[in-house]
Amino acid sequence: MSLWNKHQIFEKNSLILVIGVLIVISIGGLVEILPLYYLKSTIEKVEGMRPYSPLELAGRDIYVREGCYNCHSQMIRSLRDEVERYGHYSLAAESMYDKPFQWGSKRNGPDLARVGGKYSDAWHKDHLDNPRAMVPGSIMPAYPWLAKTALDYREIRSSMKVMALQGVPYTPEMIENAEKDLVAQASAESADVEAVLQRYPKAQARKFSGANGPVNEADALIAYLQMLGTLVDFKMYDGKANLR
Amino acid sequence: MTSAHKEHIDPHTGTSTTGHEWDGIRELNTPLPKWWLYMFYATIVWALGYFVVYPSWPLISSHTPGLLGWSSRGAVTQELAALQHKRAPMVSALSQASLPEIVKDDKLRGFAVAQGRAAFGDNCAPCHGAGGGGAVGYPNLNDDEWIWGGTLDDIHQTIAFGIRSTHEKTRVGMMPAFGQTGMLKASEINMLADHVRALAGLSTEKSYDRAAGEKLFGEQCAACHGDAAKGNQEIGAPNLTDKIWLFGADRAAIAEGIHRGRGSMMPAWNERLDDTTIKALTVYVHSLGGGK
Amino acid sequence: MVAQTGGVAGPFNPTKSMTAGEMTLVIAGVGMFFLSILVAAKTTSAPYAFHAWLFAAASAASVLAIFNRYLDRPAAAPLAEVDGKPNYNFGPVKFSTIAALVWGVAGFLVGVIIALQLAFPTLNFDLSWISFGRLRPLHTSAVIFAFGGNVLIATSFYVVQRTCRVRLAGDLAPWFVVLGYNFFIVIAGTGYLLGITQGKEYAEPEWYADLFLTVVWVAYFLVFLITVTKRKEPHIYVANWFYIAFIVTIAVLHLGNNAAVPVSLYSPKSYIVWAGVQDAMMQWWYGHNAVGFFLTAGFLAIMYYFVPKRAERPLYSYRLSIIHFWALIFLYMWAGPHHLHYTALPDWAQTLGMTFSIMLWMPSWGGMINGLMTLSGAWDKLRTDPVLRMLVVSVAFYGMSTFEGPLMSIKVVNSLSHYTDWTVGHVHSGALGWVGYVSFGAIYCLVPWLWNKPQLYSLRLVNWHFWISTIGIVLYITSMWVAGILQGLMWRSYTALGFLESSFIETVEAMHPFYVIRALGGALFLIGALIMCWNIYRTIVTPVAVERRASEGALAPAE
Ligand code: HEC
Ligand code: HEC
Ligand code: HEC
Ligand code: HEM
Ligand code: HEM
Ligand SMILES: [Ca+2]
Ligand SMILES: [Ca+2]
Ligand SMILES: [Cu+2]
Repeated sequence: MSLWNKHQIFEKNSLILVIGVLIVISIGGLVEILPLYYLKSTIEKVEGMRPYSPLELAGRDIYVREGCYNCHSQMIRSLRDEVERYGHYSLAAESMYDKPFQWGSKRNGPDLARVGGKYSDAWHKDHLDNPRAMVPGSIMPAYPWLAKTALDYREIRSSMKVMALQGVPYTPEMIENAEKDLVAQASAESADVEAVLQRYPKAQARKFSGANGPVNEADALIAYLQMLGTLVDFKMYDGKANLR
Repeated sequence: MTSAHKEHIDPHTGTSTTGHEWDGIRELNTPLPKWWLYMFYATIVWALGYFVVYPSWPLISSHTPGLLGWSSRGAVTQELAALQHKRAPMVSALSQASLPEIVKDDKLRGFAVAQGRAAFGDNCAPCHGAGGGGAVGYPNLNDDEWIWGGTLDDIHQTIAFGIRSTHEKTRVGMMPAFGQTGMLKASEINMLADHVRALAGLSTEKSYDRAAGEKLFGEQCAACHGDAAKGNQEIGAPNLTDKIWLFGADRAAIAEGIHRGRGSMMPAWNERLDDTTIKALTVYVHSLGGGK
Repeated sequence: MVAQTGGVAGPFNPTKSMTAGEMTLVIAGVGMFFLSILVAAKTTSAPYAFHAWLFAAASAASVLAIFNRYLDRPAAAPLAEVDGKPNYNFGPVKFSTIAALVWGVAGFLVGVIIALQLAFPTLNFDLSWISFGRLRPLHTSAVIFAFGGNVLIATSFYVVQRTCRVRLAGDLAPWFVVLGYNFFIVIAGTGYLLGITQGKEYAEPEWYADLFLTVVWVAYFLVFLITVTKRKEPHIYVANWFYIAFIVTIAVLHLGNNAAVPVSLYSPKSYIVWAGVQDAMMQWWYGHNAVGFFLTAGFLAIMYYFVPKRAERPLYSYRLSIIHFWALIFLYMWAGPHHLHYTALPDWAQTLGMTFSIMLWMPSWGGMINGLMTLSGAWDKLRTDPVLRMLVVSVAFYGMSTFEGPLMSIKVVNSLSHYTDWTVGHVHSGALGWVGYVSFGAIYCLVPWLWNKPQLYSLRLVNWHFWISTIGIVLYITSMWVAGILQGLMWRSYTALGFLESSFIETVEAMHPFYVIRALGGALFLIGALIMCWNIYRTIVTPVAVERRASEGALAPAE
């Protein structure tokens, strides 16, 4: 009986109740989140990860804006059928520059973690314009406005600066050349492509949407889709070293 | 609660209340239900056991590994290995046999088709349609006509390295953009569109002049599509007499193709899919109909 | 933010002066007005400019309203007590109650629309602002934050006053909380439609909306806490423990998960400071506990007041309240990783998420037991009182979804259920059955109390509401269970030869009939809610004296 009486302290003093709640709710989060920052095994050692090129980053922002994550995961779970369907299970390293992460929580559409290179640009363009023209049973919305809307990349440099501030390894040179790199990557035969590839290895440069005119939103989005899952070379990856 | 001045008993349950009242609400001092408490303990005990057996608590430089040495990545690697082991006899037979041998052997062919169908659904059907029926811009794979050749080897080559893909062994073959480059005038392009429709036995516009069309075709197109316009599989120039049109049969679609030379691309699959799967896909596509 | 009694003595009018709260809000409003104009002028983003103008208009309107109110009001602050009885402040409660109804209908309607879009994708109409990817967050935010949030604010402001026997703290502050919160909803919702989103589930509003919400939430916390502190009852009632845990924890979660750096003051865009796997953990620490504290602790608080009140029975067990309260809030915070099973989150964290979810089962059921057993001695009322029935069924649904949740947290089960409609079924058994019904029950109780009516306009209509939406819920969750399990099984099914049996698109096509059934269920739920709105409307407008005959009569307002 007396033990129950001890609880009165919380019932009679609102501040003690608040402090009690604060302490009790803090523990779980601290134990689960902090170690992810200091345990070395959290993010695997891999070759090839680099920050997004300006065009890919702009495409990613469109991916977020349109809410593609509501239907598509970017996280191949370590389950047999997923590895067989989509490819090697996703590594933490592969989303280390993702702000925010886009692992998703519902698959109305297939996983996109390794969709890069799976289809042609033209397919993506047509698919975005009208998914059911490509896949009759698809329930994906059409995004015809993307290829018709010029990409607004006036803020790309500030975006990269903010990310650099948060620890994404964008060099001053990358930030300096952001707009130039973006335009170069979205055109098939620009003289600046070499520089883009140097700064962003494995980047692909071409007119992704196939449409004429200035860089449009579909260019950026397709550039992003075409690079998904292409950075880490799994032939060089030592899975045994990263069983966690 | 004992501190309450007056003991208050709830008449219905006979349980005492805590003596407080808020806006007419009182609380009974009912003890914790036993079954509830024991279930709670049971879940805690179960969790403790689980902690011992599986990786769980983070430490300073690592985490408790768990007695079983289990990890989800280790487990999936084993499961995949088990699956591969199950398929191994067939897979090794497939990988050792040549494509014609597979097609001749009922058992091997059945296995290859099963594997090919599985891979086709997720990888190829988005372009070529379920069952390989094709779509605008993406060839039908179950008819008799082949742009790049319908023998087992041709198909294998197409799938492994793609068409106008980024792979160095890709199939290439570009139709010039006759309109965009200014090689032909719009009127000439329209005439040629009529001409190829005529070749396929389709209707033409009134203005169409067969002789002029034939002349222009001979000059500009026959080099690739052949004098009889039967195509050239070496360079992927389609047969223009077969009534099969990649981008549609109407005059505008054909003219558009001549204007800008479409040159669509198919990815190379040899890096995404393993060799056996590509073999299986070859056999599957070949089996769809029209395999040569 | 909190306007206490007393005021700053003005030099010209010694009797009437602005309170500190009024002054603060006026200054803040003027500042906000000019800041918004600046942003509207300089931003290159049209949707952001639109939001800036909304902010400017809202600030101007608040400043004007405060002055108007100042001119109209008596010099003295409202009395804390009249005739020895607390002079309760129910204005903000009324506002939030109505807002909850309006947002509820809007949120359910958008739910029906997105359900139909999944069944018939042409309903996206190729329009950016109503495409599924933008409407889905609108739905989740509208039902959770707009509908649920207003129910929570309304009931918490009501319950805290009644159970503390004291007037709500602050004068303008409660209004700031209620209006500010609803303004935040408008910003968040219109933002989604226009493509402004942070891309984090249940936390989609961008940095400026997040910041504004932080200010509102701090005000909410202070109003609530100060009211509790001023209470006339020696003990704090258990409902208020839950409200406090809900308000405090949501603040912590919100700040943690939304930590972001804006691209600039003139840009709506920001980048989250966390990245990749850490961001995932942070997200589901937040996401799971948004469930745990918004949709659970907050609504349990509602249950703890309205169930004993409506049943007119004492609460079942004080001791159970204590144990299940502390166990619940402690254990919930660990369960987040069950949203990340088999992902790139390290295994150790997944284990913690799973085991703590299992341990969470009984503490959750503690709430259910306390709710259901409170009915002992009053079970017969279920036959006659459909409002009580709604409250009780909500508790049963709570029990069901908190059994299903731990089940789905088990890794082998989750390997099947994750990413499928099973999750959606689970969500909606909690959301429609628990959150929806407990809210409806509370609103049905609250409205006659607030508007001084002897009873609801029609209990028969409540009965109709109950049955129609119950059928809706059953259609919804059963179709999603079947769909989800089918989908999960199809994804992993192998042929006899050892190859994947179905392509992804075949699994999509297999969902169609279930999506149609779900949309039907949702439509029924929506119809139920509309019946409720009509009932509430008639309750409010029917004059007290003649309310029996007035069901066909004129709609003269009561006050
Ligand atoms: C309503 C849900 C939905 C939304 C929203 C959605 N998709 Fe899809 N997506 C699907 C479905 C279903 C499929 C599978 C059928 C198909 O290929 O169209 C798919 C397929 C895809 C594919 C092909 C993947 C593969 O491996 O076959 C890509 C790429 C894709 N979507 C990109 C996107 C992008 C980018 C967005 C946002 C701009 C988006 N999707 C929004 C449902 C959706
Ligand atoms: C991005 C879309 C795309 C995907 C995915 C794709 N293909 Fe193709 N495929 C094409 C296009 C386009 C062509 C025709 C190119 C041309 O010649 O103009 C083609 C041609 C072919 C051909 C040659 C047809 C002929 O008439 O010679 C075969 C065989 C083929 N594809 C098989 C496959 C198989 C098997 C897969 C899956 C592993 C696959 N394709 C995936 C786009 C695709
Ligand atoms: C350098 C080789 C080349 C020359 C010259 C050429 N073509 Fe082609 N043609 C191709 C190739 C390769 C394709 C198939 C791939 C593609 O581009 O889509 C093709 C495709 C076509 C098609 C579409 C067939 C279908 O199935 O839809 C038409 C029509 C056509 N060519 C007509 C012409 C005409 C008319 C000319 C002359 C003005 C011409 N071609 C000259 C290589 C050539
Ligand atoms: C008329 C009633 C409703 C209908 C028709 C409806 C419909 C839907 C649909 C179609 C989805 C998307 C599922 C998907 O992507 O596959 C969804 C998601 C969701 N809804 Fe509802 N809904 C309704 C009511 C509610 C209510 C009352 C709540 C909460 C109180 C709610 C909370 C949610 C949540 C949290 C999600 C996201 C689930 C997830 O991400 O797993 N819904 N709803
Ligand atoms: C003991 C209590 C509960 C546990 C352990 C639990 C567990 C879970 C699990 C395992 C998932 C699936 C995660 C995934 O696979 O992605 C989930 C999803 C969800 N649950 Fe619960 N649940 C509980 C109670 C509730 C209640 C009462 C609600 C009230 C509405 C609720 C709302 C949700 C929502 C909204 C999601 C979807 C999250 C998303 O967007 O993916 N849960 N829950
Ligand atoms: Ca979700
Ligand atoms: Ca946010
Ligand atoms: Cu959860």
